[in-house]
Amino acid sequence: MTSKKAALLAAIPHTIPVFTGYIVLGAAYGILMDSKGFGIIWTLLASVFVYAGSMQFVTISLLAAGFDPLGSFLMTLMVNARHLFYGVSMLNKYNGLGRLKPYLIFTLTDETFSILCSTDAPKGIDRKWFLFFVSFLDHIYWILGSLLGGILGSMMNINTKGIDFVLTALFVVILINQWKSAKSHIPALIGISSALLSRILFGASDFIIPAMIVILLSVTILRKPMERENVQ
Amino acid sequence: MNYTTTQLILFFSLVSLATILTRVLPFILFPEKKKIPKFVQYLADVLPFTIIGMLVVYCLKDVSFVQMPHAFPEIISIAVIIALHLWKSNTLLSIGGGALLYMFLVQCVFI
Repeated sequence: MTSKKAALLAAIPHTIPVFTGYIVLGAAYGILMDSKGFGIIWTLLASVFVYAGSMQFVTISLLAAGFDPLGSFLMTLMVNARHLFYGVSMLNKYNGLGRLKPYLIFTLTDETFSILCSTDAPKGIDRKWFLFFVSFLDHIYWILGSLLGGILGSMMNINTKGIDFVLTALFVVILINQWKSAKSHIPALIGISSALLSRILFGASDFIIPAMIVILLSVTILRKPMERENVQ
Repeated sequence: MNYTTTQLILFFSLVSLATILTRVLPFILFPEKKKIPKFVQYLADVLPFTIIGMLVVYCLKDVSFVQMPHAFPEIISIAVIIALHLWKSNTLLSIGGGALLYMFLVQCVFI
Protein backbone atom coordinates (compact mmCIF):
# COMPACT_ATOMS: atom_id res chain seq x y z
CA MET A 1 0.00 0.00 0.00
CA THR A 2 1.35 3.42 -0.87
CA SER A 3 1.79 5.88 1.97
CA LYS A 4 -0.81 8.22 0.45
CA LYS A 5 -3.43 5.50 0.32
CA ALA A 6 -2.62 4.48 3.90
CA ALA A 7 -2.98 8.12 4.98
CA LEU A 8 -6.34 8.37 3.21
CA LEU A 9 -7.63 5.21 4.92
CA ALA A 10 -6.39 6.46 8.29
CA ALA A 11 -8.10 9.83 7.75
CA ILE A 12 -11.56 8.54 6.80
CA PRO A 13 -12.79 7.40 10.27
CA HIS A 14 -11.87 10.77 11.80
CA THR A 15 -14.04 12.56 9.24
CA ILE A 16 -17.25 10.52 9.59
CA PRO A 17 -19.02 12.93 11.98
CA VAL A 18 -18.08 15.82 9.69
CA PHE A 19 -19.37 13.82 6.72
CA THR A 20 -22.83 13.61 8.29
CA GLY A 21 -22.85 17.25 9.34
CA TYR A 22 -21.49 18.67 6.10
CA ILE A 23 -23.71 16.64 3.79
CA VAL A 24 -26.79 17.83 5.66
CA LEU A 25 -25.74 21.45 6.27
CA GLY A 26 -24.27 21.66 2.75
CA ALA A 27 -27.58 20.40 1.37
CA ALA A 28 -29.44 23.01 3.44
CA TYR A 29 -27.22 25.68 1.89
CA GLY A 30 -27.79 24.31 -1.62
CA ILE A 31 -31.56 24.20 -1.10
CA LEU A 32 -31.58 27.77 0.22
CA MET A 33 -29.49 29.06 -2.71
CA ASP A 34 -31.79 27.22 -5.13
CA SER A 35 -34.91 28.68 -3.48
CA LYS A 36 -33.47 32.20 -3.85
CA GLY A 37 -33.01 31.60 -7.56
CA PHE A 38 -29.23 31.19 -7.69
CA GLY A 39 -28.04 28.63 -10.23
CA ILE A 40 -26.13 25.57 -9.11
CA ILE A 41 -22.92 27.10 -10.47
CA TRP A 42 -22.97 29.81 -7.76
CA THR A 43 -23.57 27.23 -5.05
CA LEU A 44 -20.63 25.22 -6.40
CA LEU A 45 -18.31 28.25 -6.66
CA ALA A 46 -19.17 29.40 -3.13
CA SER A 47 -18.66 25.96 -1.61
CA VAL A 48 -15.34 25.44 -3.40
CA PHE A 49 -13.84 28.91 -2.96
CA VAL A 50 -15.49 30.39 0.13
CA TYR A 51 -15.85 27.10 2.02
CA ALA A 52 -17.01 28.56 5.30
CA GLY A 53 -20.33 27.12 6.41
CA SER A 54 -21.89 29.80 8.55
CA MET A 55 -20.48 32.56 6.32
CA GLN A 56 -22.09 31.03 3.25
CA PHE A 57 -25.46 31.22 4.98
CA VAL A 58 -24.73 34.86 5.82
CA THR A 59 -23.98 35.61 2.13
CA ILE A 60 -27.60 34.79 1.31
CA SER A 61 -28.82 37.48 3.70
CA LEU A 62 -26.16 39.88 2.42
CA LEU A 63 -27.33 39.38 -1.16
CA ALA A 64 -30.95 39.79 -0.08
CA ALA A 65 -30.05 43.14 1.47
CA GLY A 66 -28.64 44.58 -1.77
CA PHE A 67 -25.27 44.85 -3.51
CA ASP A 68 -22.66 46.17 -1.09
CA PRO A 69 -19.17 44.82 -1.93
CA LEU A 70 -17.20 46.69 0.76
CA GLY A 71 -19.80 45.99 3.45
CA SER A 72 -19.82 42.30 2.53
CA PHE A 73 -16.02 42.15 2.65
CA LEU A 74 -15.94 43.67 6.16
CA MET A 75 -18.83 41.51 7.34
CA THR A 76 -16.92 38.41 6.20
CA LEU A 77 -13.81 39.51 8.09
CA MET A 78 -15.89 39.84 11.26
CA VAL A 79 -17.87 36.62 10.91
CA ASN A 80 -14.69 34.67 10.18
CA ALA A 81 -12.37 36.41 12.65
CA ARG A 82 -12.33 33.24 14.78
CA HIS A 83 -10.18 31.63 12.05
CA LEU A 84 -7.30 33.79 13.31
CA PHE A 85 -7.24 31.67 16.47
CA TYR A 86 -7.13 28.47 14.43
CA GLY A 87 -4.15 29.73 12.44
CA VAL A 88 -2.22 30.70 15.56
CA SER A 89 -3.01 27.29 17.10
CA MET A 90 -1.74 25.47 14.00
CA LEU A 91 1.50 27.44 13.52
CA ASN A 92 3.59 24.52 14.80
CA LYS A 93 1.55 21.64 13.41
CA TYR A 94 1.49 23.09 9.89
CA ASN A 95 5.27 23.54 9.83
CA GLY A 96 7.18 21.73 7.11
CA LEU A 97 4.21 20.69 5.00
CA GLY A 98 5.70 22.09 1.80
CA ARG A 99 3.34 22.42 -1.13
CA LEU A 100 0.37 21.02 0.80
CA LYS A 101 0.46 23.89 3.29
CA PRO A 102 -1.47 26.55 1.30
CA TYR A 103 -4.35 24.13 0.75
CA LEU A 104 -4.42 23.12 4.42
CA ILE A 105 -4.59 26.78 5.46
CA PHE A 106 -7.29 27.51 2.88
CA THR A 107 -9.49 24.66 4.18
CA LEU A 108 -9.11 25.33 7.93
CA THR A 109 -12.82 25.32 8.90
CA ASP A 110 -14.21 25.00 12.45
CA GLU A 111 -14.68 21.27 12.01
CA THR A 112 -11.39 20.50 10.27
CA PHE A 113 -9.58 22.55 12.89
CA SER A 114 -11.34 20.74 15.73
CA ILE A 115 -10.28 17.35 14.35
CA LEU A 116 -6.72 18.27 13.44
CA CYS A 117 -5.89 20.19 16.62
CA SER A 118 -6.93 17.20 18.72
CA THR A 119 -5.69 14.30 16.56
CA ASP A 120 -2.24 13.18 15.51
CA ALA A 121 -1.53 10.91 12.57
CA PRO A 122 -1.52 7.26 13.71
CA LYS A 123 1.86 5.52 14.01
CA GLY A 124 3.44 4.67 10.66
CA ILE A 125 1.17 7.06 8.77
CA ASP A 126 2.65 9.96 6.80
CA ARG A 127 1.72 13.00 8.92
CA LYS A 128 1.60 15.39 5.95
CA TRP A 129 -0.83 13.31 3.93
CA PHE A 130 -2.96 12.49 6.95
CA LEU A 131 -3.48 16.21 7.61
CA PHE A 132 -4.14 16.73 3.90
CA PHE A 133 -6.73 13.99 3.56
CA VAL A 134 -8.73 15.01 6.64
CA SER A 135 -8.89 18.55 5.20
CA PHE A 136 -9.59 17.38 1.65
CA LEU A 137 -12.33 14.90 2.59
CA ASP A 138 -14.13 17.53 4.67
CA HIS A 139 -13.96 19.96 1.73
CA ILE A 140 -15.36 17.31 -0.63
CA TYR A 141 -18.22 16.48 1.78
CA TRP A 142 -19.22 20.13 1.94
CA ILE A 143 -19.14 20.54 -1.86
CA LEU A 144 -21.07 17.28 -2.36
CA GLY A 145 -23.68 18.25 0.22
CA SER A 146 -24.30 21.66 -1.29
CA LEU A 147 -24.52 20.19 -4.83
CA LEU A 148 -27.00 17.57 -3.60
CA GLY A 149 -29.12 20.29 -2.02
CA GLY A 150 -28.88 22.53 -5.08
CA ILE A 151 -29.84 19.75 -7.51
CA LEU A 152 -32.40 17.76 -5.56
CA GLY A 153 -33.64 20.85 -3.73
CA SER A 154 -37.09 20.49 -2.33
CA MET A 155 -37.46 16.96 -3.74
CA MET A 156 -35.84 15.65 -0.60
CA ASN A 157 -38.56 14.75 1.80
CA ILE A 158 -36.85 13.19 4.81
CA ASN A 159 -37.25 14.76 8.20
CA THR A 160 -33.69 15.74 9.01
CA LYS A 161 -34.64 18.26 11.68
CA GLY A 162 -31.95 18.36 14.35
CA ILE A 163 -29.33 16.39 12.42
CA ASP A 164 -26.97 19.38 12.42
CA PHE A 165 -26.57 18.61 16.13
CA VAL A 166 -23.97 16.09 14.97
CA LEU A 167 -21.46 18.95 14.76
CA THR A 168 -22.32 20.17 18.27
CA ALA A 169 -21.83 16.59 19.44
CA LEU A 170 -18.45 16.46 17.67
CA PHE A 171 -17.25 19.58 19.50
CA VAL A 172 -18.57 18.28 22.84
CA VAL A 173 -16.69 14.99 22.39
CA ILE A 174 -13.48 16.80 21.44
CA LEU A 175 -13.92 19.00 24.51
CA ILE A 176 -14.22 15.89 26.72
CA ASN A 177 -11.12 14.33 25.13
CA GLN A 178 -9.15 17.52 25.67
CA TRP A 179 -10.47 17.76 29.23
CA LYS A 180 -9.14 14.28 29.96
CA SER A 181 -5.74 14.83 28.31
CA ALA A 182 -5.02 18.41 29.41
CA LYS A 183 -2.73 19.10 32.35
CA SER A 184 -4.80 22.12 33.27
CA HIS A 185 -8.51 22.74 32.83
CA ILE A 186 -8.13 26.51 33.04
CA PRO A 187 -7.91 27.06 29.24
CA ALA A 188 -11.10 25.07 28.57
CA LEU A 189 -12.92 26.89 31.36
CA ILE A 190 -11.74 30.25 29.99
CA GLY A 191 -13.09 29.35 26.54
CA ILE A 192 -16.50 28.25 27.78
CA SER A 193 -17.01 31.05 30.30
CA SER A 194 -15.78 33.84 28.00
CA ALA A 195 -18.10 32.68 25.24
CA LEU A 196 -21.05 32.28 27.62
CA LEU A 197 -20.48 35.70 29.16
CA SER A 198 -20.24 37.36 25.74
CA ARG A 199 -23.29 35.49 24.46
CA ILE A 200 -25.33 36.77 27.43
CA LEU A 201 -24.01 40.34 27.13
CA PHE A 202 -23.94 40.79 23.34
CA GLY A 203 -26.61 38.43 21.98
CA ALA A 204 -26.45 35.55 19.54
CA SER A 205 -25.33 37.41 16.41
CA ASP A 206 -22.52 39.60 17.77
CA PHE A 207 -20.75 37.70 20.48
CA ILE A 208 -17.80 35.92 18.85
CA ILE A 209 -15.45 38.89 18.56
CA PRO A 210 -16.09 40.04 22.17
CA ALA A 211 -15.59 36.41 23.24
CA MET A 212 -12.23 36.31 21.42
CA ILE A 213 -11.16 39.53 23.14
CA VAL A 214 -12.15 38.21 26.58
CA ILE A 215 -10.27 34.95 25.86
CA LEU A 216 -7.13 36.86 24.79
CA LEU A 217 -7.27 39.07 27.88
CA SER A 218 -7.85 36.13 30.22
CA VAL A 219 -5.02 33.98 28.87
CA THR A 220 -2.72 37.01 28.86
CA ILE A 221 -3.47 37.78 32.50
CA LEU A 222 -3.11 34.12 33.48
CA ARG A 223 0.08 33.54 31.48
CA LYS A 224 2.48 33.34 34.42
CA PRO A 225 0.52 30.82 36.52
CA MET A 226 -0.35 28.73 33.43
CA GLU A 227 3.25 28.58 32.25
CA ARG A 228 4.21 27.51 35.73
CA GLU A 229 1.71 24.67 35.39
CA ASN A 230 3.33 23.93 32.04
CA VAL A 231 0.13 23.86 30.03
CA GLN A 232 0.76 22.22 26.71
CA MET B 1 -32.74 38.72 -6.50
CA ASN B 2 -31.48 40.31 -9.66
CA TYR B 3 -27.75 40.52 -9.93
CA THR B 4 -25.54 40.56 -12.99
CA THR B 5 -22.95 37.82 -13.37
CA THR B 6 -20.18 40.38 -12.89
CA GLN B 7 -21.71 41.56 -9.63
CA LEU B 8 -21.99 38.02 -8.32
CA ILE B 9 -18.42 37.17 -9.32
CA LEU B 10 -17.19 40.30 -7.56
CA PHE B 11 -19.32 39.53 -4.50
CA PHE B 12 -18.20 35.91 -4.08
CA SER B 13 -14.56 36.81 -4.84
CA LEU B 14 -14.55 39.38 -2.06
CA VAL B 15 -16.20 37.01 0.42
CA SER B 16 -13.68 34.32 -0.56
CA LEU B 17 -10.77 36.74 -0.27
CA ALA B 18 -11.85 37.96 3.18
CA THR B 19 -12.26 34.35 4.36
CA ILE B 20 -8.81 33.42 3.06
CA LEU B 21 -7.34 36.49 4.81
CA THR B 22 -8.69 35.36 8.20
CA ARG B 23 -7.21 31.90 7.64
CA VAL B 24 -3.82 32.87 6.26
CA LEU B 25 -2.94 35.96 8.31
CA PRO B 26 -1.30 34.14 11.27
CA PHE B 27 0.89 32.16 8.86
CA ILE B 28 1.96 35.34 7.03
CA LEU B 29 2.73 37.18 10.28
CA PHE B 30 4.71 34.24 11.69
CA PRO B 31 6.41 32.43 8.79
CA GLU B 32 8.17 29.09 9.36
CA LYS B 33 11.69 30.43 9.08
CA LYS B 34 11.27 33.19 11.63
CA LYS B 35 11.25 32.41 15.32
CA ILE B 36 7.77 32.75 16.76
CA PRO B 37 7.64 35.35 19.58
CA LYS B 38 7.31 33.73 23.01
CA PHE B 39 3.87 35.20 23.65
CA VAL B 40 2.53 33.90 20.33
CA GLN B 41 4.03 30.49 21.08
CA TYR B 42 2.21 30.56 24.41
CA LEU B 43 -1.05 31.40 22.59
CA ALA B 44 -0.43 28.58 20.11
CA ASP B 45 -0.11 26.17 23.04
CA VAL B 46 -3.07 27.35 25.04
CA LEU B 47 -5.65 28.45 22.43
CA PRO B 48 -6.57 24.99 21.09
CA PHE B 49 -7.84 24.14 24.56
CA THR B 50 -9.91 27.31 24.82
CA ILE B 51 -11.44 27.49 21.34
CA ILE B 52 -13.28 24.17 21.41
CA GLY B 53 -15.24 25.40 24.44
CA MET B 54 -16.02 28.57 22.51
CA LEU B 55 -17.19 26.49 19.54
CA VAL B 56 -19.59 24.49 21.71
CA VAL B 57 -21.16 27.74 22.92
CA TYR B 58 -21.18 29.00 19.30
CA CYS B 59 -23.19 25.94 18.22
CA LEU B 60 -25.69 26.55 21.02
CA LYS B 61 -25.93 30.31 20.57
CA ASP B 62 -29.54 30.32 19.36
CA VAL B 63 -30.83 28.08 22.14
CA SER B 64 -33.20 29.83 24.55
CA PHE B 65 -33.79 28.83 28.15
CA VAL B 66 -36.83 31.10 28.36
CA GLN B 67 -38.78 29.93 25.33
CA MET B 68 -40.14 26.41 24.84
CA PRO B 69 -38.64 23.81 24.96
CA HIS B 70 -36.34 25.55 27.47
CA ALA B 71 -33.15 24.03 26.04
CA PHE B 72 -34.22 20.60 27.28
CA PRO B 73 -33.31 18.73 24.06
CA GLU B 74 -29.81 20.26 24.15
CA ILE B 75 -29.26 19.70 27.88
CA ILE B 76 -30.46 16.08 27.77
CA SER B 77 -28.50 15.21 24.62
CA ILE B 78 -25.26 16.78 25.84
CA ALA B 79 -25.60 15.02 29.22
CA VAL B 80 -26.04 11.71 27.39
CA ILE B 81 -23.05 12.41 25.13
CA ILE B 82 -20.87 13.13 28.17
CA ALA B 83 -22.07 9.99 29.97
CA LEU B 84 -21.66 7.80 26.88
CA HIS B 85 -18.21 9.16 26.19
CA LEU B 86 -16.94 8.80 29.75
CA TRP B 87 -18.31 5.26 29.79
CA LYS B 88 -17.25 3.87 26.39
CA SER B 89 -14.78 6.46 25.02
CA ASN B 90 -16.02 5.63 21.53
CA THR B 91 -16.14 8.87 19.53
CA LEU B 92 -18.56 7.72 16.85
CA LEU B 93 -20.89 6.08 19.37
CA SER B 94 -21.00 9.24 21.50
CA ILE B 95 -21.58 11.55 18.53
CA GLY B 96 -24.02 9.26 16.71
CA GLY B 97 -25.96 8.39 19.86
CA GLY B 98 -26.16 12.03 20.95
CA ALA B 99 -27.26 13.31 17.54
CA LEU B 100 -29.89 10.57 17.08
CA LEU B 101 -31.27 11.24 20.56
CA TYR B 102 -31.41 14.96 19.80
CA MET B 103 -33.26 14.34 16.52
CA PHE B 104 -35.73 12.09 18.33
CA LEU B 105 -36.27 14.74 21.02
CA VAL B 106 -36.88 17.65 18.63
CA GLN B 107 -38.97 15.61 16.18
CA CYS B 108 -41.07 13.47 18.51
CA VAL B 109 -40.95 14.78 22.08
CA PHE B 110 -40.48 18.56 22.25
CA ILE B 111 -42.35 19.48 19.10
